Amino acid sequence: MSVLVDVRQLSVSYRHGHTAVNRLSLNIAQGETVAIVGESGSGKSTLANAILGLLPDSAQITAGQLWVDSHDLTHASERQKRALRGRTIGLVPQDPTVSLNPTLRVGQQIAEALILARGKRYPGVDADIVELLQQVGIDTPVLRARQHPHELSGGMRQRVLIAIALAGNPRLIIADEPTSALDVTVQRKILDHLQRLVSERGISLLIITHDLGVAADRADRILVMQHGEVVEQGTPGRILGAPQHDYTRALIAAAPAFAKRREPLPRIDSTQAPILSLKNVGKTFALPKVKGEESTFVALEDLNLQVYPGQTLAIVGESGSGKSTALRIALGLEKPTQGQVWFEQQDVTHLNWRDFRPLRQRLQLVQQNPFAALDPRFTVFDSIVEPLVSFGRLKGAALEQAARELINRVHLPVSYLDRLPRELSGGQCQRVAIARALALKPDLLLLDEPVSALDVSVQARILELLEELQREMGIAYVLVSHDLSVVANFAHEVLVLRNGRVIEHGSVERIFSHPGCEYTRELIAAIPGRHVTTQAA
Amino acid sequence: MSRYLIGRIGQALLVLWGAYSITYFILYLLPGDTLSIMLSASGMEADALSVEDLAKARAYYGLDKGLFEQYVDLLLGALRGDFGQSLSLNRPVAELLAERLPQTLSLAGLAIVLSLLGGIGLAYLTAYIRWQPLKTALARLPSLGFSVPVFWMGLLLIQVFAFGLGWFPATGSRGLESLVLPAVTLAIPSAAVYAQVLQRSFQGVWKESYITTAYAKGLSRGQVQARHGFKNAALPILTLIGLQVGNTVSGAVLVETIFARSGIGRLAQEAVLRQDIPVVLAIVSVSAAAFVLVNLLVDLLYPWFDPRISHIPKVS
Repeated sequence: MSVLVDVRQLSVSYRHGHTAVNRLSLNIAQGETVAIVGESGSGKSTLANAILGLLPDSAQITAGQLWVDSHDLTHASERQKRALRGRTIGLVPQDPTVSLNPTLRVGQQIAEALILARGKRYPGVDADIVELLQQVGIDTPVLRARQHPHELSGGMRQRVLIAIALAGNPRLIIADEPTSALDVTVQRKILDHLQRLVSERGISLLIITHDLGVAADRADRILVMQHGEVVEQGTPGRILGAPQHDYTRALIAAAPAFAKRREPLPRIDSTQAPILSLKNVGKTFALPKVKGEESTFVALEDLNLQVYPGQTLAIVGESGSGKSTALRIALGLEKPTQGQVWFEQQDVTHLNWRDFRPLRQRLQLVQQNPFAALDPRFTVFDSIVEPLVSFGRLKGAALEQAARELINRVHLPVSYLDRLPRELSGGQCQRVAIARALALKPDLLLLDEPVSALDVSVQARILELLEELQREMGIAYVLVSHDLSVVANFAHEVLVLRNGRVIEHGSVERIFSHPGCEYTRELIAAIPGRHVTTQAA
Repeated sequence: MSRYLIGRIGQALLVLWGAYSITYFILYLLPGDTLSIMLSASGMEADALSVEDLAKARAYYGLDKGLFEQYVDLLLGALRGDFGQSLSLNRPVAELLAERLPQTLSLAGLAIVLSLLGGIGLAYLTAYIRWQPLKTALARLPSLGFSVPVFWMGLLLIQVFAFGLGWFPATGSRGLESLVLPAVTLAIPSAAVYAQVLQRSFQGVWKESYITTAYAKGLSRGQVQARHGFKNAALPILTLIGLQVGNTVSGAVLVETIFARSGIGRLAQEAVLRQDIPVVLAIVSVSAAAFVLVNLLVDLLYPWFDPRISHIPKVS
């Protein structure tokens, strides 16, 4: 096998002095699949950009060599790098929802890549576009090619991006965090498809990911990166079986798929009254009137659930399954079309905003994207104490004392109180958001995908924190997630939603050991890393 | 689509009617006797007339009717294109407008074209250039453009290009040459606003993921900017164009005065000074119509620029 990418002792530094990649060596042979695993900030994206010749102006290769297809990229001109992009190296970018130009038709965007590779006005562009779309698994390619990106689902956009990467007939495809923006089941199908296409054509694949599970499932070889250096590399079996470095061990411990199933969580006796119950709740949205189409959309149908004090109920489903609607109804932000919402012994379904307000002190929300959930102009202190101030609970010194206690609770240093959200990492932001939700000492926290925007290792630490808080303060959680692996060691009960209907409901142990329906089995199979663990077993 | 269009045209008509009515009531309800204002505008003193003459004059101007009756009469007249008689010039207002409007339309039209070319061109260049000092210098230019007052810019241009170099006539409204300096003067503030907004917009767009996708295809910087950057960055400009047209009308008042051009702007200024109410009312209506029309066009153009905006009801 010939070596396609050869990186020798490469160092990349940013102008402000930070060395993102430090004396890193790596080679990728033709046809090989290599995964680089590391947390955000480990330099893995900088390395990918360097291979693509797309380092930002503020970054510079300071030492070492970078050979791609026997071209020396360290001294290459922009024109030479451009000749490699698309035709030798293709990119499948991270977030499909923002990686296509919203103002151009899908077909035009693929055509661009085709024309670059085969020269202007070669005959049969249209036929090739349709064929590429077919190859990446889009069923009505002629129609789709004429549509704009916003008319396609996230999964389809990811497929279009793969088609663009394939259009130049490259020898290497770099997949940058291919699993972070989509539902698990969709991700798995798309990655399987990509891998099949790549191996049929003998293309090399470089997967960049924070999830060791994904890497272990798919790569021939794994490189673990930390602080710009490769701390360990080897086959998935070796990395998982006999990790040498502490950091690798930490990553393995964090990956939900490799974590040992714990003892079942202690259950609180069900004689207790539920803190929140939804009874036969349904929600129907009116659609704009179009002839010959349904005028309503059923988001949720006949949903029953009970949340008991000190326990966690997980609602699992893919996007569009109605899980966010359920959460909004539980929060009183949306009125159900049918059914009732009870908070403890009180029917709160038809409470108006003012009557609901006292209940908000007992019912708090933690949102999905920690960066967007905090006001960028509020310091951490302002964010944390805002609920206390808005209910007029505390003032002056007592307020500061409360803020210090809260920040200790979520294990952040007190000095962080003066910081702004942009000075914090994603995990730290989520801790602040949790501290804010705890400020009023609620009895029930609604967690909307609390970890899906975070690295796997950070996910594990946030979940640990939430568990500790539940143990010490007896808070009940409703956890909404598209990812069963998050739920596995965290929830007491699981409810699987699909198209607005509950298709499975039971204890975590039962769902995982005896999944009742095909869809749940699919969700379990989609957990990355299971491939390797089941093989080993 | 047609449903949307009918709705929008209805809205536009409503805005026009509103502008007309508000102007009417403000002008006629202003303190002071409308009749004596009108009489003095046509060069007569109210005090010098006998009671019978005054009553005759009142009947002549239609002021003997009630306020709303007058309003309805005027509105119906305006709908037929009859804006009444100018008090000071003693000619039909419609005739005056027909005479002056082409002057202002050509001035405003050229100014709008120049401001778009200048503003968008400058921002496009700023986004393309990579040499930091020049980029920074170009990025500062727009704030200079709109901080310089229009009248001063006009005088400066006259000084340099009319008196100094003698390329263009300083004043007057004859021929294309006389149009250049006023149009440039009128275009500069708008161009500066477009450039400023578009520069910002480009800065944001360069950070988008689809730009990386485009680069990864192997496109050159110029191609990426033209095909993927520009259309996305230009979206905010579209709304601005609609708003800036309103500024162009009020700018025309200033510029036509400086350059001694006989257009609508100058007519408006004279009419206000002489309290020539029918003329003022007609000019307000015409400029409101222009504003409404341009904004309607902008709204109809939006889906073409941004396919995510659709005037057809959404199907989910």
